[in-house]
Amino acid sequence: MFNTLQDLMLHNKSLTYVLMAVVLICFIGFWRFLTGREERNRRY
Amino acid sequence: MSTENTKNGSLFTPFNIVAGIILAAGIVVTIMRFTMGLGAVTNLSDNNPWGIWIGFDLLCGVALAAGGYTTSAACYIFGFKRFHAAVRPAILTAFLGYALVVFALNYDVGRPWRLPYPIFYQQGTTSILFEVGLCVFIYLTVLFLEYLPAALEWKGGLDKYRGILVKLTMGLTILGVILSTLHQSSLGALYLIVPSKLHPLWYTPYLPVMFFMSSMFAGLSMVVFEGTLSHKYFHHKMDEDYNANYLDLQFAFAKGAAWIMAGYLAMKLLGLSMDNRWHYLFTGYGAWWLFEVVGFVMLPCYCYAVGYRDRNIGLVRLAAPWTVVGIMLNRFDVSLIAFNWQLSSAERYFPSLGEIIISLFVVTVGVLVFRWIVTRMPIFYAHPAYKDSSH
Amino acid sequence: MKRRHFLGLMGAAGVSLTTAVTAKASSSADVAGMPNVGGVLFDASRCIGCRKCEAACNQVNDLPKPAKPFDDLTVLDATRRTDAKSYTVVNKYVPKPGENPVFRKIQCNHCMEPACASACFVKAFKKTETGAVVYDPSVCVGCRYCMVACPFNIPAYEYDKALSPRVMKCTLCYPRLLEGKLPGCVEACPKEALQFGKRRELLNIAWDRVTANPDKYVQHVYGEHEMGGTSWLSIAPKPSFAALGMDEGLGTTSAPELTSGALAAVPAVAGIWPVLLTGIYAISKRKDKIAEEEKKAAVEAAIAKASADAEAKLAEELTKAEVANKRRIEVEVKKALEAAAKDSEGGEDA
Ligand code: SF4
Ligand code: SF4
Repeated sequence: MFNTLQDLMLHNKSLTYVLMAVVLICFIGFWRFLTGREERNRRY
Repeated sequence: MSTENTKNGSLFTPFNIVAGIILAAGIVVTIMRFTMGLGAVTNLSDNNPWGIWIGFDLLCGVALAAGGYTTSAACYIFGFKRFHAAVRPAILTAFLGYALVVFALNYDVGRPWRLPYPIFYQQGTTSILFEVGLCVFIYLTVLFLEYLPAALEWKGGLDKYRGILVKLTMGLTILGVILSTLHQSSLGALYLIVPSKLHPLWYTPYLPVMFFMSSMFAGLSMVVFEGTLSHKYFHHKMDEDYNANYLDLQFAFAKGAAWIMAGYLAMKLLGLSMDNRWHYLFTGYGAWWLFEVVGFVMLPCYCYAVGYRDRNIGLVRLAAPWTVVGIMLNRFDVSLIAFNWQLSSAERYFPSLGEIIISLFVVTVGVLVFRWIVTRMPIFYAHPAYKDSSH
Repeated sequence: MKRRHFLGLMGAAGVSLTTAVTAKASSSADVAGMPNVGGVLFDASRCIGCRKCEAACNQVNDLPKPAKPFDDLTVLDATRRTDAKSYTVVNKYVPKPGENPVFRKIQCNHCMEPACASACFVKAFKKTETGAVVYDPSVCVGCRYCMVACPFNIPAYEYDKALSPRVMKCTLCYPRLLEGKLPGCVEACPKEALQFGKRRELLNIAWDRVTANPDKYVQHVYGEHEMGGTSWLSIAPKPSFAALGMDEGLGTTSAPELTSGALAAVPAVAGIWPVLLTGIYAISKRKDKIAEEEKKAAVEAAIAKASADAEAKLAEELTKAEVANKRRIEVEVKKALEAAAKDSEGGEDA
């Protein structure tokens, strides 16, 4: 429980900022996974 | 500027003399600032805590450095590969722009050695300024990495690192666009917290969107404007690839800028309507608002459009600096002119000589460093050894 | 063509991001509030402008001595604001010309949701249960965004210090509150114009006093809802708070709510932009590839066509040449025959 909206937002935003970094890194990893075999069997 | 290079070696060109005077004055004010405090050199007050070091150096500096992300996004993400030769100058300008913004902040904040605090020591994550600081910090790093290959080619012998950086181009570009979207819009969002201080014609929930949109056409206009200048002064440094696409690029950017400006104008209008601000148009501030929006957005937008339609490069090159002035006017309006509009005129802010000197000092340093770099490193031309690589 | 498309796209996405997410950052169900928070009630109708509170504040906070002593009431002739050397000031207002002046004390209002705290990027401000909003100079960078953000223009800055400037503002005498003492100004007020207590009780007192004297008081408690509410509450004699230089148009939206929409757009950009941009990149690359392949195919076709043409032409030439040749041979043969015929004729002659 938080006493002020300010405190609640501090908590939420701090966590969100960390998650944003994690998400961005995961994007890179997933993109590489997704396109990893493209060169070999590319058939458009 | 042009005379500095090779042909005539004299140091005492008019440009160098003026630059020298500004640098000398800047150093004097710098010493005063850090020995006697902000009060000794600025007109800042308790009611006006932010002056032109924020309004000009930070807000205008960041907006006008937007050429970096717009150009690299156009080239690498949206597939305008033929503008490849324009990316390096744009990245360099952006990198220097941001570096100078951070440099200037050291004058403005009370205890500059604590500038890393918000990122590394205690994070005030509810603050929009935290977001701006974080993004500017990361983006400065990104721009540095994007610029680095040029420096490495110049030094030579570091191909391994250059190769790694070139591979990262795509990722860095996307990261750059994300960061730019965030902090360009957040500079507008800084003012969301002051509905009572900013004049209602400028205060709107759309502030972040407007700052972001205007940063895009600010960036495009800066590339056109700066390209024109560079062409005049550094022509001998440019290679065929740069010159061949130079006109094409200016026309394409003119088209892009005109189109985004139309969207920006629409937002300005819809913002008025959303909050029913029409009646303010008939006040003094309303006239000033119209002066800004009609005189420095609508008209240059039209000028760009006609220039593009008629393939009239003169008009395009006129519209570019016109738009740049308009952006500066807008940032000044939000941060200074329409800010604290309800205070009596005695309580309002006007920059001191010291503040103006430091702002000029920062710009001069930027121009000198730019000149130093482009006369040495492969910026306007592809390095012969790396001609075929796509970076 | 492509460019216009992408710019439109980016604009559209940007707009929808920042405007669609204006919903409150989170439901207030998660926020307990501060039911027992302390506060001060100021009654402007009781204030006589003696500046005793100013003197007490100066003393308990060890602030520098002012140029004019605190019992010099001519100071009241000018309108002042808080500054780095005074956490509180009393101003004189004359709402109706010819009538008695009214005085108002200015200091930090100790907001329930402080704009200064919301704005500070190093968390230098904190709202405490005592009611006080306290500031920690040991982390302050001196960006002065808190001063920009404060809707009451309260924080001041030590512009004359070169190395360790601080933001200066009333602390509600937080250190004294922790010791169980009253704020300096409240203790010093000879007229009970200032009253310290629990905010919720002070609100009742304020409303009782205001409603009991409808002719005397403005029917409003300033600070109950302004900017999300403040610990410092004020009531004032008619005609208005505006006559005492107080902004009546601040509204009830607190600072964190004003910025929550923009803050909510941040993670949205981080989540959507990479997907969108990589997608656009992949599409433009694919288009390039297709264009490349088409180009290649076209070139091959052109080459094939060209060589076919060439062959045909050659054949044609050959046939033409053959025809010509044949004719020439025929002519030669004819000539030879004719010559031979002549010869034989001549031979016969000879
Ligand atoms: S009045 Fe201003 S300084 Fe005081 S708590 Fe509120 S926002 Fe902060
Ligand atoms: S000046 Fe200090 S207290 Fe105020 S917002 Fe900046 S860092 Fe925070």
